[in-house]
Amino acid sequence: MAVKKFVVGNFDDEAVLFPAVKKVRRAGYKIHDVFTPFPIHGLDKVMGLRDTSLHTAGFIYGITGTATAVGFITWALTVDWQINFGGKPFFALPAWIPVTFELTVLFAAVGMVLTFCYLCQLAPFVKKDHFNPRSTDDIFVMALECTDKTNEAEAMSFLETIGAKEVKVEYKETEWWLGRYDKDRMRFQKKEQDNH
Amino acid sequence: MSIRENFVVPKRYNTIAFALMAIGILAIIGLYVTSGSKSDPKEQARFWASLLQNSVFFLLVVNASMFFICATTLAWGGWQMAFRRVPEAISAVVPVIGVICGAILLAIVFGGNHTIYHWTDTHHVAEDAILNHKKGFLNKGFFAVATVLTIVLWSVLGWKMRQLSRSLDSKPLATVEARKKYIWNNTVWAALFIIVFSLTVMSSIPWLWLMSIDAHWYSTMYSWYTFASTFVSGMALIALFVVFLKNNNYLEYTNNEHLHDIGKFMFAFSVFWTYLWFSQFMLIWYANIPEETIYFQPRAHGIYKGIFWLMFIINFIAPLLLLMTRDAKRNYGTITFMSLLIIFGHWLDFYQMVFPAVSPNKVPMILYDFGVALGFVGLIMFVTGRALSKAPLLAKNHPFVKESLIHHT
Repeated sequence: MAVKKFVVGNFDDEAVLFPAVKKVRRAGYKIHDVFTPFPIHGLDKVMGLRDTSLHTAGFIYGITGTATAVGFITWALTVDWQINFGGKPFFALPAWIPVTFELTVLFAAVGMVLTFCYLCQLAPFVKKDHFNPRSTDDIFVMALECTDKTNEAEAMSFLETIGAKEVKVEYKETEWWLGRYDKDRMRFQKKEQDNH
Repeated sequence: MSIRENFVVPKRYNTIAFALMAIGILAIIGLYVTSGSKSDPKEQARFWASLLQNSVFFLLVVNASMFFICATTLAWGGWQMAFRRVPEAISAVVPVIGVICGAILLAIVFGGNHTIYHWTDTHHVAEDAILNHKKGFLNKGFFAVATVLTIVLWSVLGWKMRQLSRSLDSKPLATVEARKKYIWNNTVWAALFIIVFSLTVMSSIPWLWLMSIDAHWYSTMYSWYTFASTFVSGMALIALFVVFLKNNNYLEYTNNEHLHDIGKFMFAFSVFWTYLWFSQFMLIWYANIPEETIYFQPRAHGIYKGIFWLMFIINFIAPLLLLMTRDAKRNYGTITFMSLLIIFGHWLDFYQMVFPAVSPNKVPMILYDFGVALGFVGLIMFVTGRALSKAPLLAKNHPFVKESLIHHT
């Protein structure tokens, strides 16, 4: 579990946040992440995030579904247990297309949901530390990761000049963890105090 | 070069358009000499079938543009506004090809040659139990009225939609109330067009124009499948014009986001077309009733096998694999290539809809038909170019324009 130090700026306006992200990147600070109450079009591009690979994974899952369906039905109906359906050939591909299609969709859908949950570290009992719970309500939160060379006071005043309403330095757990939120939370609070 | 608001038709553009039309006329003359002028009605039918296939295909393709406009208008979509003048200009071709197509169809029905539409032969129909049952639908009077009415309604309603769009160019709407009223007005006319469209292309007109060539056979999927075919080609045509204009420094506000969405339409409706094509095929294959399978006998197994499977690969496998990724839909090269391929593929689809019944014993020389197709392409280029140059390329006073400028996918 890695506890890191962050300079956190809270913005209350999307229109302020957008240019702020650009300015912060131009100034050379490392953005850990930006938390927003709703998806903001183009923010990923401004933050310089790479495209997700989720669709590549989806394609692979879909192909797996196709192969599973065609492979299994072919084996079952031409090798293992041949049945004569209305004089059709045993290898009756057109009749299998609906099943193949459904299995492709099923594999792709379920696989992509699970991959999405893995990438976002979402699951029952998985906990993540939030910078500001109000980032799910009306506050836009930008977290800058501090390195050895970061001058926190400078970073804080910089965030204030570009429009952050509230700026603070925080120690946060960056990974996910399993367990009960309140208990674990206390552990991190203690760690935070030790660090101060 | 600076960005320009009004399209000026380049000289070379019109030269190419006229050259293509000349090829088309030469091909028609060639066809007339080699088959149309013969005394054998079967040979004559081959000439008319070529005109029928090409004019119906291109009429439905250009009309798909107006369907695109009306569908997005009904959905209160705004993203297409940056390039909306392009489908508008393409739909201006509808009356031109409509007149040609209507003339060809009526000439075939009333021309006295019963090879293409053998239900026009009244003596034959009287002896044929199946055709006798279909007499209420398949008769010359109904065909003529439906054809003329359809083409006139498409043209008039399309003209009205274009008129509404252009009426804003000179006088912007000042108040919110006026804008609401304008959108409502648009919605009503678009709804009217969609109703006419759904009663024609989506349900009955392909039965009359194309399916009645195989008058004994029927499929309720047929019209939907034809619609999907022409809609995906229509989107490909819009994409071609958008890419052409972008490459010539027009359409300042249309960017990769818009092209991406057009590409999505091409991809999605290719898959949709396959879904309908396969639904029609599988039910007939499964039931295996001779009077139904007779339609696929020459196409999937007979001499038209090559064209049949080639068009399946072009229309399904190629778009599925080549248009799947995000980058492909944002790349001018891929989109241009796929658009040409898709239009050609669906033209082949129409080819195998028409010709196996007209020429069951040998595949006709397809180069002639391709020449005729090039003629129609030239005509579409010429008329669309003219229509594009008549109005600014951005409908800048439309209430939804902002939505298109900030569009992001």
